[in-house]
Amino acid sequence: MQATTHNVAHGGADEAHHHEPGFMQKYVFSTDHKMIGIQYGLTALVFLLFGFCLMLCMRWQIAHPGQPIPLVGHLLERVLGDVAKDGKMSPDLYNSFGAMHGTIMVFLAIVPLAFGAFGNYVVPLQIGAPDMAFPRVNMASYQFYVLGGIIMFVSFFIPGGAAQAGWTSYSPLATSIPTHGQAFWLIGMVFLISSSLLGAVNFIATIIQLRAPGMTWMRLPFFVWAQFVTGFLLLLAFPPLEAAGVMQLMDNLFGTSFFLPTGLAVGGRLADISGGGSPLLWQHLFWFLGHPEVYVLILPGMGIVCEIIANNTRKTIWGYKSLVYSVLAIGFLSFIVWAHHMYLTGMGTKISAFFQTTTMIISIPSVILLTCFFISLWGGSIRFNTPMLFALAFLPMFGIGGLTGLPLGLAAADLHLHDTYYVIAHFHYVVAPGTIFAMFAGVYYWYPKMTGRMMSEFWGKVHFVGSFIFMNIVFQPMFFQGMAGMIRRMADGGANYSAAHNPGAIGGLSASMMGLHSVILWGAVGLAVSQIPFILNVFISMKNGKPANDNPWDATTLEWQTPTPPPHGNFAHAPTVYRGPYEYSQPGAKKDFTPQNQA
Amino acid sequence: MEIPYTTKPRPDTGLYNAKVGIWLFLASEVMLFGALFSSYILLRVGAFVENWPHGLLNVPIGTVNTIVLIVSSITVVMAWASLKMKNFGKFKFYQAITVLCALMFLGIKSFEYRDKFTHYEVWKTDGTRMTGHIEGKPMFLTLAKVKAAGKEKIGFIPDPYHYSASKEVKHTAKEHPGEHKTVEIAVSEIKRLSAFVPAHSTYFAIYFTLTALHGLHVLGGAIVIGFLFGPGSKMWHSDPERFTNRVEVAGLFWHFVDLVWIFLFPVLYLL
Repeated sequence: MQATTHNVAHGGADEAHHHEPGFMQKYVFSTDHKMIGIQYGLTALVFLLFGFCLMLCMRWQIAHPGQPIPLVGHLLERVLGDVAKDGKMSPDLYNSFGAMHGTIMVFLAIVPLAFGAFGNYVVPLQIGAPDMAFPRVNMASYQFYVLGGIIMFVSFFIPGGAAQAGWTSYSPLATSIPTHGQAFWLIGMVFLISSSLLGAVNFIATIIQLRAPGMTWMRLPFFVWAQFVTGFLLLLAFPPLEAAGVMQLMDNLFGTSFFLPTGLAVGGRLADISGGGSPLLWQHLFWFLGHPEVYVLILPGMGIVCEIIANNTRKTIWGYKSLVYSVLAIGFLSFIVWAHHMYLTGMGTKISAFFQTTTMIISIPSVILLTCFFISLWGGSIRFNTPMLFALAFLPMFGIGGLTGLPLGLAAADLHLHDTYYVIAHFHYVVAPGTIFAMFAGVYYWYPKMTGRMMSEFWGKVHFVGSFIFMNIVFQPMFFQGMAGMIRRMADGGANYSAAHNPGAIGGLSASMMGLHSVILWGAVGLAVSQIPFILNVFISMKNGKPANDNPWDATTLEWQTPTPPPHGNFAHAPTVYRGPYEYSQPGAKKDFTPQNQA
Repeated sequence: MEIPYTTKPRPDTGLYNAKVGIWLFLASEVMLFGALFSSYILLRVGAFVENWPHGLLNVPIGTVNTIVLIVSSITVVMAWASLKMKNFGKFKFYQAITVLCALMFLGIKSFEYRDKFTHYEVWKTDGTRMTGHIEGKPMFLTLAKVKAAGKEKIGFIPDPYHYSASKEVKHTAKEHPGEHKTVEIAVSEIKRLSAFVPAHSTYFAIYFTLTALHGLHVLGGAIVIGFLFGPGSKMWHSDPERFTNRVEVAGLFWHFVDLVWIFLFPVLYLL
C-alpha cells in the first residue's frame, strides 16, 4: 500500500530522488524544507539589512534635521524624486521610511527569519521527519512571502511613495492620506498573512504528525515547542488583522466607513462619507494581532538560545518542563493582553484594569523562561564560542527589554511614557539585541549543518563585540530621552520642542537630551560597520571555512545525527528516539553527550 | 525516507496529515470570520437606530439560498459516503448536485447584489430621507456623478416607507399599498445620494464585506469540488483511499462555508 501511495502522490518528490533536479526546481521552486528554509533566511536577511538602511537615513535626519543625507542623499533624490529634494529628507519621506522600517523589520525580516528560515530548516530535522507535512504548501508559503515583499518594496516608487501611517496604520490617518501607499501596504499584508497562515498550518501539522517513533511530546527539543506555540499564534492572531486589512482597504478604495467616525473632517473639510465607524475598532483588531506578534518575534529566539545554552554548558537544561508549560502559558495569555497598547484611547478604566492584570500575569512565564536559562549556566563548563556569546548576550538584553515593559503595562505609568522614545527603546531591546542576537546565534550554530563548513570564529567574535557595544549605544540613550518626554515619530527629532527653540518655555527638551541624537546616530553607523564581518563571513566561509563533520558541536538533538548537509529525505532510515533532548554529561556515558537516537 | 501518514492515519492521533491541516486551517477561518462578526457587533452597537438599515434584504430569497447550501452540505457527505462504499457512480451524482448548488447560491447572491446596486437612499437638505429607485435603473449613481452630468432634477420612485419608520407606519403601508408614483427631486435639494453599496452605511459595508468574503469561499469550494468531480476524479482508479480522503477534506471545508452562512443569514437578514 505504502509503495503505491507514494508513487502516485509524490510523483514530483520521487523524481527528485532519482534524478538530479534542474536549477529552477532546486533553487526556485524547491519543495525541500531545507532549501525553502535557506531561501527564507537569505531573503529575510536582505530585508533586515534594507530595513536597517531606512533607519540609518532616518537617524541622520533626526540628528541633523533638514540637512542633506551624506552618501545616499542624491541617490534617494534620483530614485524617489521630490520627496528627497536636494538629498534632504522631507517629512513625508520620513513618515514613509518610518512606517516601512517597522513593517519590513517585523513582517519581512524577523518573522520570516525566526519562523520561516530556522523553523523550516530545523524543525523537521529535530523531530526526525523526512520533510514538512505539506511540501508544496511550504513552497507556496515562501512564494506568497516574496510576492508580499515585492509589493511592499514597489510601493516606494509609486506616486506619493509608500505608506506613511506607521506600521500600526491607525485609522482615520491611514485612510486620510491621499496617496495609494496604504493600499499597497494592505495588499502586501494580505499576501504576507496568507504566507504565515500556510506556514503555521504546515508547522503545526508537521509537529503533530511527523514526530519520529519514540519522539514523545516531552522529548521534543525546546526549540520545537517554541515553534509549535509560535505556529498557533500566527494561525489564530493573524486572521483578525486580515479582516481588519480588508475593512481598511474597503475604507480606502470603496469609501466605506468601518473605521471613520461621523463628522470626520480632513484638511478642514467634512469628508464625504457615511460615518458611523469606529477608529478604536481598528486598534483592537490590530493589537489583537500585534501583541501575539510580539511573542511570535521572541519565542523562536528563546528556542534557539535554549538549544545553544544546553549545548555549550554541556548540561541538561534546567527545568525543561517549566519551560514547556511557561511557553504554553505565554501562548494562551498573549491573546488577552492586547489592549495594554491602548490605555490612552479613553476605552475606560475597567477595561484598563483587566488588561493591566493580564499583562502583569504574562510577565511571570516570561521570567520563568529567562530564569531557567540563567540557572542552566550555573556550574556549567561553558564553551564561549560565537553562537554561545550571542545566546548569552540575549539573556540580559531580553531582560532589560522585558523589565522596562512593566511600567508600560501599568496605565498610570503609561500616561507619561506612552508614544515616547522610551517605548522605542523598550521593544527594540526585546527585538534587536534580543531576537536578532538569537538569530545571529542560530546562524553561527546551524551554518555548519547547512553548508558543511564552519564560520570563522575570529570574525564571529569581532561581529559579536561590535554589535553588542553599538546596540547598547543606540538604544540605551532612548530610555533617557523618552523619560525626559521626547515624543517619537517626529521628522525633526523633536527640535521644535527643544528648550533652545522655545526659550523661556517650561518643559522644553534640554540640549543634552537633543545631543543624544548624535550619539545614537554614530552608534547606528558603528552597528552598520559591525555587520560587515558577518556578511563577509557568511559568504567567504561557504567556500573557505573549516570543513565541519556531521556533529561539530557534539550535540544531542536529531538534526546533528544526519549527514552534513542532510540529503533529500533527511534520514536514511527513520530514526527512533530513546531519550530526552539534552542528555549532556550523563553519569556513566562514554562521551559527554548522548544523542536522542542512541539506544 | 518518504513522508508518512499521507493516507493512513497516524496511530496515536488517529488522523492523516491533510485532516490535521484542514482543521487547523478552519481554526484560522473561524478567527477571520470571528473578527468580522465582532466588528458587526461593535458597529451595530455604536450606530444610531435610525441609521441602521433594517428589512431591506429579501428574506424569502435568503431562505432559499440557505436551503440550497444545506442541501449541498448533505450531498457532499453523501458523495464521500458513496466513495467509502466503493460506489463511484453515486459519488459523481451527489458531487454534481453539490457543485450545482454552489453555483446556484452564487447566482442568487449576485441577483441580490444587483438589486441593491439599483436601490437608493436620498438625504435631502431639509433633513428628510427616502428610499426608492431612480428612473432608468442606473447602478452606483452618486450626487457627484449627477452633478457632473449637469442634471438639475432626478426622477425618483419612492418606496412606501423608509426603513427607519415606526412599526405602525410600516404596517399601514403594507395594508394599503399605494401606487408607485415618480416624484421629481431637484438636485439642489439633495444633500447625499447613495445606492445600497458598501459606502451607504456601516451596515451595508459589513454586509457586503461578510457576504463577499463568504462568496469567495463558496467560489473556492466550488472550484475544488468541481476539480474533484472532474479531472481530479481520475485518482479514484489509481489511489482510491487518497482520493476519498481528498473528498473528505474538501467536504470539511464545504461544511464550514455552509456553517458561516448559517450564522450570516440570521445576523444580516433577520436581526
